[in-house]
Amino acid sequence: MTSLTDPQAGSFRLSMLLNDTRYRSYTFQFIALMCIIALFGYLGVNLAANLEKAGLNISFDFLGSQSGYDINQRPIDYNSQSTHLRAAVVGIMNTLIVAFLACITATVLGVAAGIARLSPNWLLRKLMAVYVEAFRNVPVLIWILIIFSIMTAVMPPPNAFRGDNPTATMVMGAFAFTNRGAYAPWPIWGDGSWVVVATFLASIVGAVLYRRHTTKVLYDTGRLMPRGWPTLAILILPAVAMFYIMGRPITLDYPVLKGFNFAGGINMLGSLIALWFALAVYTGAFIAENVRAGIQAVSKGQTEAAASLGLRPNRIMSLVVLPQALRVIIPPLISNYLNITKNSSLAIAVGYMDVTGTLGGITLNQTGRAIECVLLLMAFYLTISLSISAVMNVYNNSIKLKER
Amino acid sequence: MPASTPSGTKAFVRRDLLPPSAPPIGEAGAVKWLRENLFSSPANALMTVISVMVLGWLVQAVWPWLSNGVWTTTSLAACRDVLQGETGACFSVLAERWNQLLFGFKYPPDQYWRPALAFVLLFLAGAPVLFFNLPRQLLIVTAVYPFLAFWLIWGGSVTVPLFAGLGFVAGAVAFQALAKQAMAQAALAAVIAAVVVWWIGGQINAQVMVLQPVASRDLGGFMLNMILGVTCVSLSLPIGILLALGRRSDMPIIKWICVIFIEFVRGVPLITLLFVANVVLGYFLPPEVTFDLILRVIIMITMFASAYIAEVIRGGLAALPKGQYEAADSLGLDYAQSMRLIILPQALKISIPGIVNVAVGLFKDTTLVSVISMFDLVGMIRGPIQGATEWNGVYWELFGFAALLFFIVCYGISQYSQWLEQQLRTDHR
Repeated sequence: MTSLTDPQAGSFRLSMLLNDTRYRSYTFQFIALMCIIALFGYLGVNLAANLEKAGLNISFDFLGSQSGYDINQRPIDYNSQSTHLRAAVVGIMNTLIVAFLACITATVLGVAAGIARLSPNWLLRKLMAVYVEAFRNVPVLIWILIIFSIMTAVMPPPNAFRGDNPTATMVMGAFAFTNRGAYAPWPIWGDGSWVVVATFLASIVGAVLYRRHTTKVLYDTGRLMPRGWPTLAILILPAVAMFYIMGRPITLDYPVLKGFNFAGGINMLGSLIALWFALAVYTGAFIAENVRAGIQAVSKGQTEAAASLGLRPNRIMSLVVLPQALRVIIPPLISNYLNITKNSSLAIAVGYMDVTGTLGGITLNQTGRAIECVLLLMAFYLTISLSISAVMNVYNNSIKLKER
Repeated sequence: MPASTPSGTKAFVRRDLLPPSAPPIGEAGAVKWLRENLFSSPANALMTVISVMVLGWLVQAVWPWLSNGVWTTTSLAACRDVLQGETGACFSVLAERWNQLLFGFKYPPDQYWRPALAFVLLFLAGAPVLFFNLPRQLLIVTAVYPFLAFWLIWGGSVTVPLFAGLGFVAGAVAFQALAKQAMAQAALAAVIAAVVVWWIGGQINAQVMVLQPVASRDLGGFMLNMILGVTCVSLSLPIGILLALGRRSDMPIIKWICVIFIEFVRGVPLITLLFVANVVLGYFLPPEVTFDLILRVIIMITMFASAYIAEVIRGGLAALPKGQYEAADSLGLDYAQSMRLIILPQALKISIPGIVNVAVGLFKDTTLVSVISMFDLVGMIRGPIQGATEWNGVYWELFGFAALLFFIVCYGISQYSQWLEQQLRTDHR
């Protein structure tokens, strides 16, 4: 009698589109699709009408024309005769520079603060709690502006470093913090420096191979070879030896006070430093919470089980706790990196010329190509975040618990 | 063996216990606490010393600045005269410009009671939502609040928000009346009833209980941050739930619409969306329509927040064991019922910390509107106040005040969420 539940073919009525669960989902999807098409059609018609009225069209030709404005931080050659496209590329590179610097600093800060929040030291724990709460609960824009005010209003002008009785001194004789930005030493790559760099890269490979070898020996024979000091030696000694053999090709160029300003070294803009440190301390507070949560997520039974197997505390940490904690820590860590990249668009508030400042700021205002500029801007950020999500998905799948 | 020894043969037998001797000095009281918590190992002691040094440095840097603060002058130059070269804050800027920081520089000063009243009522309206053990009748206040707050802040005739609210009431009544028979007809009737009431309201041009109207562009200061934060969070919650359900739906078209929307919005910074609100959105609307900038910004921030909330709720939905879905099906509940009665209450409970994080993040992000030259708290500081000749050069007092306001609100919200998690914990401990 099972055929009773199957309605006969051909008994289709219009009301079944709504009431029959087999057809209802098609009805809903059809309606949703129609609504979306109608919405986009409506927006498109309006756009066409508005553009025609304003005598505009959608075109990306403006990217090839002369930009006519200067950019204060140029990783590649650029001047006001360059094209808008080149200005956008400079902006993109500036975004990536500040995001990269902030990501590294935030990770260091966050991991340190996260571990310190679990320290047995009461005072340290409380101090770190204050740091985390203070930075997590105040907008990053305010932190950027505060650090920017320090860089522009509190730091001494370059001429304060001058004379017999200077009111300001350089930190360790190498770093100068002025209201025109910070000056730091920068390496000069002389002839043959590539040999040193190549040696160093080769010794990284060598160190990895050595560690693999020790693991293999350990698993095959049970003999534990030393790892820490040999690795360090492989990393450093060949490069240092090559450095002297080649006659010290890499030298540091120190900033020196010349005339009214510092010369030599590298000049980091106050806006770059403000953005970099604000993003780093702000995101560092979030990373600290992730690290703490990740370590706490490893249940105490794991530590105890490892101890009962006879592992020593540092091996418990590296073999049992950390691998499990990293599984919890890394996904939010990567999304924090993504947040740094997106938040770096706040550069526009302090005049750092990132891609939002060039493409979405001056180029947009000069050419009036609002739609095209915002579209390109969004495409850039989407590319970055979608590629990072793709990497994250691969990682998540690779560490997923294989349950059966 | 003492028990078998006759008592007479011993010179002394103790009948009662000795009182326990006091613990050694190192194992009691403050000393013990200090030893265990601050000096348990050499490394730990070093940490303590460094922490104390950092703390001392902070205090000696901040304390004179705070305690020498000047509150009564009319300009930064006058502050410097009073301080005579000593370290000290110039809090006079807060004393003189507090109203601009809170309400913006164009809101009529004699009308400040209106946003202030709306702010106080916000707690009354929020209370039944935030605390479950209050009488449910208070929810009426919550339902009325948006219209009341609109009337208080923007002013104008009371008929506008009144009919807007009545439209929703009419829609709800029509839906209730027909919902038993057929869902689709009920939904259609609700929309028609609401539109009819709104149309009638549009025809009636009565000026009843008129408050002095305030234009949107005259709103500013911390009030603007609050308006944007509260409106966008409350609007984005239901949209976020719908998006999350859509993303987990079996219907491929609906699923992909939701996926594309969520991933697109999460992939771009809020600033670019604000640029869209500021310069691009106008191209996509009919030429005769002029949207308020504040309305465009609310739409964009709501879109932004709802995508993030959708992801949080999707996490909550995914965390529910499959048995819950199957149990709901086996009870014969349809999709709407099983979601409303079984799935969402549990999923939302799991998502509370995430939702609160999004809400706090969103509230902080409302400062970004200063980039598109709206005068919120940060915009006020960077624009009119630091631009004024008498206060040019004041940084710490203003940014510190802004940071303090945000800290109070955000820290309060996160403390509430921790309390709520405790309350809702129903598992066995």
